[in-house]
Amino acid sequence: MLRNLRKPLTDRGAERILGASAVMVVLVIIAMIVFIAIAAWPSFQHNGLRWFGSGPDVDAELGAMIDQGANPKPSAYEFRAWPLLYATALTTVLAVGIGVVVSVLASIFIVELAPPKVRAVVVPVVRLLAAVPSVVYGLIGILVLVPFVNDHLIDEGQRESVAYVITLSGPGLLVSVVLLTLMITPIMISLVVDALSAVPRGWREGALALGVTRWRAVMSVSVRAIRPAIVAAAVLASARALGEAIMLSMVSGSKGFAPQPWDGVIFLFEPLRPLAATIAEQSEGIAAPALKSTIYAMALVLLVSSLFLSIGGSLIKRRLRLGTAR
Amino acid sequence: MSVPSPVGAPRSRWSRLRGELRLWRPLDLVGVASAWLVGALLVLVAASLLIYMGYKGLQYVNLDLLVSRPQPGSDQSQTGGILDPIIGTLLIIVIATAIALPLAVGAALWIVEYGRPRWLARVVESGIEVIAGAPSIAIAIFGLAIFQLPLFSWASFSADGGGVFGRSFIAAGVVMSLIAVPSIFATTREALLSVPRHVREASFGLGKTRWATIRRVLLPTVRPDIATGTALGMGRIAGDTAIIVLLLGATLQLQAGSDIPGIGTLQGTGSTLTSYVYNNSPTGEGNAPEKAYAAAFVLMLLIIGLNLLVAIIGRRRAGNDLPR
Repeated sequence: MLRNLRKPLTDRGAERILGASAVMVVLVIIAMIVFIAIAAWPSFQHNGLRWFGSGPDVDAELGAMIDQGANPKPSAYEFRAWPLLYATALTTVLAVGIGVVVSVLASIFIVELAPPKVRAVVVPVVRLLAAVPSVVYGLIGILVLVPFVNDHLIDEGQRESVAYVITLSGPGLLVSVVLLTLMITPIMISLVVDALSAVPRGWREGALALGVTRWRAVMSVSVRAIRPAIVAAAVLASARALGEAIMLSMVSGSKGFAPQPWDGVIFLFEPLRPLAATIAEQSEGIAAPALKSTIYAMALVLLVSSLFLSIGGSLIKRRLRLGTAR
Repeated sequence: MSVPSPVGAPRSRWSRLRGELRLWRPLDLVGVASAWLVGALLVLVAASLLIYMGYKGLQYVNLDLLVSRPQPGSDQSQTGGILDPIIGTLLIIVIATAIALPLAVGAALWIVEYGRPRWLARVVESGIEVIAGAPSIAIAIFGLAIFQLPLFSWASFSADGGGVFGRSFIAAGVVMSLIAVPSIFATTREALLSVPRHVREASFGLGKTRWATIRRVLLPTVRPDIATGTALGMGRIAGDTAIIVLLLGATLQLQAGSDIPGIGTLQGTGSTLTSYVYNNSPTGEGNAPEKAYAAAFVLMLLIIGLNLLVAIIGRRRAGNDLPR
């Protein structure tokens, strides 16, 4: 038996072993969706489509689930996720929106404009920004940015004007979006830089030969040619932004509140709490069945949306065939 | 019109630039300026991040902190050091990498070298992209569902009533390996695809089997790329907080799950640098910012070290090695 193992693998054996490891990865994903869906079922069963609607107070509902203990009444499953869903969508859309502009400009800078010496600095910088753990961003957010916003950007009049609903103390939409943008931009830059440097030289030189300036050539030829890559980068980055839990639970203010855009400047300081951060914070009470099912329901929503975003993003990326297609 | 410079004397860079800029539309100048601005801003943000973390870190890190164990305490001066989180981080990296490495390299080899049936190969590829995009908090909560099954009671400790706790180094390490799979897979696959066909054909021509070709020709060729991917994956493992918070228990000290030495630790709970920072930030129970800064500094050193490793290995490789 042992001697058998020491013999070199036959081709067929090798194919089976390698194939098994590949198939295992797929099985894990299927198991992931199935397990989370089973655990989430009671929550969806009790609430139906109203799960996605808005209700009186999310935090009160979550608190009630813990209070119900091990044998919850069916009414304990009552849950309306709208403020959390809205907070997730809001932070993601804002961060990705800013990120697209920043990453396209940064990629043009890296590929077209920067002298080699400057590029040799900027590329490692982007790599570093991508490697910084989210908890470090969160720490800087809560110890540096949040006090700054609290002391210098919010004035007393603004504080009092909303005091009967929420307290403005620094953590909120502004800090969340700034840090989230900082976290997802490097990933987008990486994808856009790859695409931009793959644009055939001849295409740009053709434009230059027609007499346009270098900037025009980049904008009208290169950036136009890599539009699928920019969309793919935005889609993949939103998958990341959706799932960011730890940093957002540190700086978002942790309140199940939906910021109102018509509040003017105060909108930027209003606290919120996305889905992923809610899961991270409520996971301590997971022994209570009602809360457990609700948490898994949130995880299922996150997982399914990120699944569609990743598959969508890679499909769009596949459409980008520079140089080969006419 | 610009005055033509005398023939023979090369125009200086500046005057050439000025001449060109005069032809540009204002909007284009705004575009160029904002691209430069964004580039400068990125460098500025990274520099201030590094300088600030370095300043705070060196202020609070000392040898005593690194080698003493964390203690419960109400004041920052009593809460001890960060030895246990450092050990926890290293332990998690080792467990997760040991699982992720063969899995990811095996999958990449199968996709590139065999890849039949085609549909299965395509499913595996999208599967790995799904894992890369999946929120780590969702992966963590899936891990909790798995390791709380009675089937896995050996991996963590059980309560008296029979409920499985589901949080341990084994659980966190196994689940964490998923985080590292995509980066190892991607770099290995790219490297295998870039090995020219004739290299394989030469090996076949010498009468080697497919597996012998993989073992003796392909794997040695792509070893630097596997190392790059592994270092990147280790960085992601070291930096992930969500899985640790949910699956390692995030207890202050390493707590053995059973009396067997070694294995007991693996069955027990603990913390890593990330969960230590999280718990000691003003959001967590600890609220010891000095300790949080110190731990974050050590974590940053680890991450930067891994990235330098990638840069050194990657020097021989072509192409840009921006993160993905």
